[in-house]
Amino acid sequence: MRAAVVVFPGSNCDRDLAVAFEQAGADVTMVWHKDSTLPDGVDIVGVPGGFSYGDYLRCGAIAANSPICKSVADHAARGGYVLGVCNGFQVLTETGLLPGALLRNAGLKYICKTVGLKVETTASDFTSGYGGGDVIDIPIAHHDGNYFADPDTLATLKGEDRIAFTYTENPNGSQNDIAGILSENRRVLGMMPHPERAADAGHGGTDGTALFRALAGALTTA
Amino acid sequence: MKARVHVMLKNGVLDPQGEAVRHALGAMGFDGVQGVRQGKVIELDLADGASEADVEQMCEKLLANTVIESYTVELV
Repeated sequence: MRAAVVVFPGSNCDRDLAVAFEQAGADVTMVWHKDSTLPDGVDIVGVPGGFSYGDYLRCGAIAANSPICKSVADHAARGGYVLGVCNGFQVLTETGLLPGALLRNAGLKYICKTVGLKVETTASDFTSGYGGGDVIDIPIAHHDGNYFADPDTLATLKGEDRIAFTYTENPNGSQNDIAGILSENRRVLGMMPHPERAADAGHGGTDGTALFRALAGALTTA
Repeated sequence: MKARVHVMLKNGVLDPQGEAVRHALGAMGFDGVQGVRQGKVIELDLADGASEADVEQMCEKLLANTVIESYTVELV
């Protein structure tokens, strides 16, 4: 598996994400937001958490219009894999690679804690390492993680089995408790919780490891 | 020419910040406020030749997220 992790000014989970990919066996290259191409042969692009461009205007809005994001969109259009975590999820909704938007948390507070996530579908190369209905513990750390989409979009996500994870106890007001969603071809995952922060015993939990291992399994044999 | 762009959350999209402001106003004794919606104003200093249509494109592509926000453009 060859992975590229995008680094924006203000990204702060880029190295964590790179380590999680590496521990799953990936060969990882960091790419800068001003780069206009991805390295050759990249299977998956990681869009990390953080505060790209200081969250100016809207979270992810300026990052979504950066040179590298055009390449990420082209990569996705070719059937490439993309994982967006936290701010990365916000970037993917702003680019239009995933539907909906992330609003300010309903309680207005920045929330940093470990939450329970229910695995809603195992039918993706991100979630195939879990059992359907499994509850896993993954940290969240966000101020704008309140997932919003219009009723038609929510019905489509549900109908097409594209809701990857839901919160067992909704922390932020997200519609339908949504914590992570898949693209139509199931190769783009955006999620607010941080699997890369639960990928090493030193983190206090390793429930995120199965996501990276499943990806490595799918993308190494591909 | 300047353009003033007003960006607001669409009706039906929860505005927790506006709600917090409404609560604060109520706590201060301003009882006459039934609702508060908070948005933003973006002023653009436009070069000669830039048109209102250009500003519309800027709104669609960057200044507003039309999934959750509406915008109006005012030339001043």
